[in-house]
Amino acid sequence: MSVELLNFIETVINGLMSGIMYSLVALGFVLIFKASGVFNFAQGVFALFAALTLVGFQTGQVPFSHLINELFGTNFHNWYPSLHSFFAIILTIITMIVLAWLIEKLVLKHLVNQEPIILFMATIGLAFVLEGVGDLMWGSDVKVLDVGIPSGGSEWLEKTTIGWASEGSEYYGMYIDVLNVWATIIAVILVTALALFSQYTKTGRALRAVADDHQAALSVGISLRSIWVLVWAISGFIAMVAGIMWGTESGVQFSLSLIALKALPVLILGGFTSIPGAIIGGLLIGLGEKLAEIYIGGLLDIGAIENWFAYFMALVFLLFRPQGLFGDKIIERV
Amino acid sequence: MGLKKMMVGFLGSVIAIGGFLEVATADLKFPMLVYRTGAYAPNGIPNADGFVDYYKMINARDGGIGGEKIVFPECETGYKTQVGVECYEKHKENAMVFQPMSTGITYQLIPKASADGVTVYSTGYGRTSAKNGKVFKWIFNAPATYWDGASIAVRHILKQNLGNIKGKKIALVYHNSAYGKEPIRTLQVLAKKHGYKLLLLPVDHPGQEQKATWLKIRKQRPNYVLMWGWGVMNQVAIKQAASIKFPMENFIGIWWSGSENDVLPAGAGAHGYKALTFNAPGDDYQVHKDIKKYVHDKGQASGDGSHFGTVLYNRGLFQAMVQVEAARVAQQIHGTSKITPAMYRDGMENVDLNAKRMEELGFKNFAPPFKNTCENHGGSGLAAVQQWDAKTKKWNMITEYMYGDAAVVDKLIAEDSTKYAKEQKIAMRCN
Repeated sequence: MSVELLNFIETVINGLMSGIMYSLVALGFVLIFKASGVFNFAQGVFALFAALTLVGFQTGQVPFSHLINELFGTNFHNWYPSLHSFFAIILTIITMIVLAWLIEKLVLKHLVNQEPIILFMATIGLAFVLEGVGDLMWGSDVKVLDVGIPSGGSEWLEKTTIGWASEGSEYYGMYIDVLNVWATIIAVILVTALALFSQYTKTGRALRAVADDHQAALSVGISLRSIWVLVWAISGFIAMVAGIMWGTESGVQFSLSLIALKALPVLILGGFTSIPGAIIGGLLIGLGEKLAEIYIGGLLDIGAIENWFAYFMALVFLLFRPQGLFGDKIIERV
Repeated sequence: MGLKKMMVGFLGSVIAIGGFLEVATADLKFPMLVYRTGAYAPNGIPNADGFVDYYKMINARDGGIGGEKIVFPECETGYKTQVGVECYEKHKENAMVFQPMSTGITYQLIPKASADGVTVYSTGYGRTSAKNGKVFKWIFNAPATYWDGASIAVRHILKQNLGNIKGKKIALVYHNSAYGKEPIRTLQVLAKKHGYKLLLLPVDHPGQEQKATWLKIRKQRPNYVLMWGWGVMNQVAIKQAASIKFPMENFIGIWWSGSENDVLPAGAGAHGYKALTFNAPGDDYQVHKDIKKYVHDKGQASGDGSHFGTVLYNRGLFQAMVQVEAARVAQQIHGTSKITPAMYRDGMENVDLNAKRMEELGFKNFAPPFKNTCENHGGSGLAAVQQWDAKTKKWNMITEYMYGDAAVVDKLIAEDSTKYAKEQKIAMRCN
């Protein structure tokens, strides 16, 4: 095979894998939008908050220690030296469930039947509050996150593919980050679990009913508020998974909340109400932006085009299919 | 009186007293443009803590500068240029000096501060050609500029290759902003001079996703990668470089890409990564002992004190020390402790931080000596290379402080500053 073709395949695979990382973020948006019609602007901050909490539990950090020490003149920073990642993840899940319950209790409950834009504005407020609380709780330092997921280039793939190039050509093997492979496996498990949950459990069916029609769901005795807590908790769990994957790659820090921006073109492309859409959308955006950066950027001798190219793709798609690939077509009767 | 009225009265009193206190004690006002929140907070916080601890120490140990207390109101910029300009406008009244902590903000402040008569000190960042004091009367960027940095990095590469890098490939991975673009011109000129091929690889803010950039590097196989990054961009780049097995000893960051924050997330993979520096790491200097005694031991450390002795904290100390020294020099020149912003500028222009003076200030061997003059606002231009040891989690200085390529850099500075002077109709000074 020619080196150019092998490089192209490498770019395609890496683009798809990056796309899966975006899908992990987009999934949280879709779940909440589907169940409550709320575009949760705070989803990126959810991922940041979950990752901060996870590292906090792992390292035994005392929440609000800076504030406590400032107020009481103490020097109290850690409960314990370290905690196994498994238990830290369990504690983080519990925290995210409590957070979902609090959001429903303190914010959503009071905004039932309000215009979608009001709910959207509420989530903007929530994002800033949560970011501030996360800062106060866990501090702003860059934190190292390691839950045992391997990362780095796959040596096996590199060694296997090094001989694929035509004889005499300069080729060093194909590159894939193992972390991205794990992200793909986790995303597949997540989507399968979500599909099974919504298809075969009573709560899952209730969730789908709420997603289809709030009024009808209420009329058959489904508690809208319980479903909202559940959906926000699941979304918090997905945010934790996204936070783990992105945090492993870059360390946990406040820029992690900006990964939400990576999910927006995915949502526009895949649709706001479709779980498969979030996956397919992520794959297309990841693929498109990497190909654009390397090939279009290379051709024109420019760089840093991948960020805006993702939005360009989404915009073009919006013109032809405003509801996204798999989104529900909006039909308004007049 | 109703509770509401009482609260309003109380708040009014607090504001009034606060305002009075600021006026009454605002002897030497050093406003701080900081970013303790947002994407760049992990870098902004230790740096700001260094400033605050140093000012507190000077106030506690010496009773201020020449008996005048330092006040240092903080203004949060979030590393946003527009907000930085707003902060400047808010605090410029009677301000001695502004340290923008952002090249973007510095560029915006250069014409404003020059018109307002306020000193801007961009320590090792900002507009490189501001080094030319003949044109930029109010702007200082000592002890080294980005063009010094670029040529020092190339000089280090030259040394490793016995002076011959013809045909080599050097990639610049840079923050796609005014800051990141600053060294390009110098590297292009040096490429012509030394015959290396320069690859330019911009990374958009904040730099969380760089896969395509590092795939390009993997494909094009540069011999060396230079990095002008900030914030999360640094951490992701170092991790990606380790991931594609780029030889870390051939990966060199500018002094803003060489803090503990940048290398720790990559773990063992960051071992061998290099960065330039114009100040030493560690907490074993006299200044640290004084800060510990007069600030930390009294429970007045900025933040939780955990950044003490880190690269960016130490840089904050260095920056604050230069600013304080400029005030002292101004007081000596003008024979008064109550200096004006214009007098302060004179002090900054006559700062002479030789080895003896550094030692007196508690900074012995902390940074190379430098001196500002009317013509030269950029200091010595010296920087060293430090290398990260992932096992001990420490930066080690691996070279002496060295000069850049003055023949190239000085010519470029003269060209750029002269062009600016013509555009802005600035008459040359220092004749």
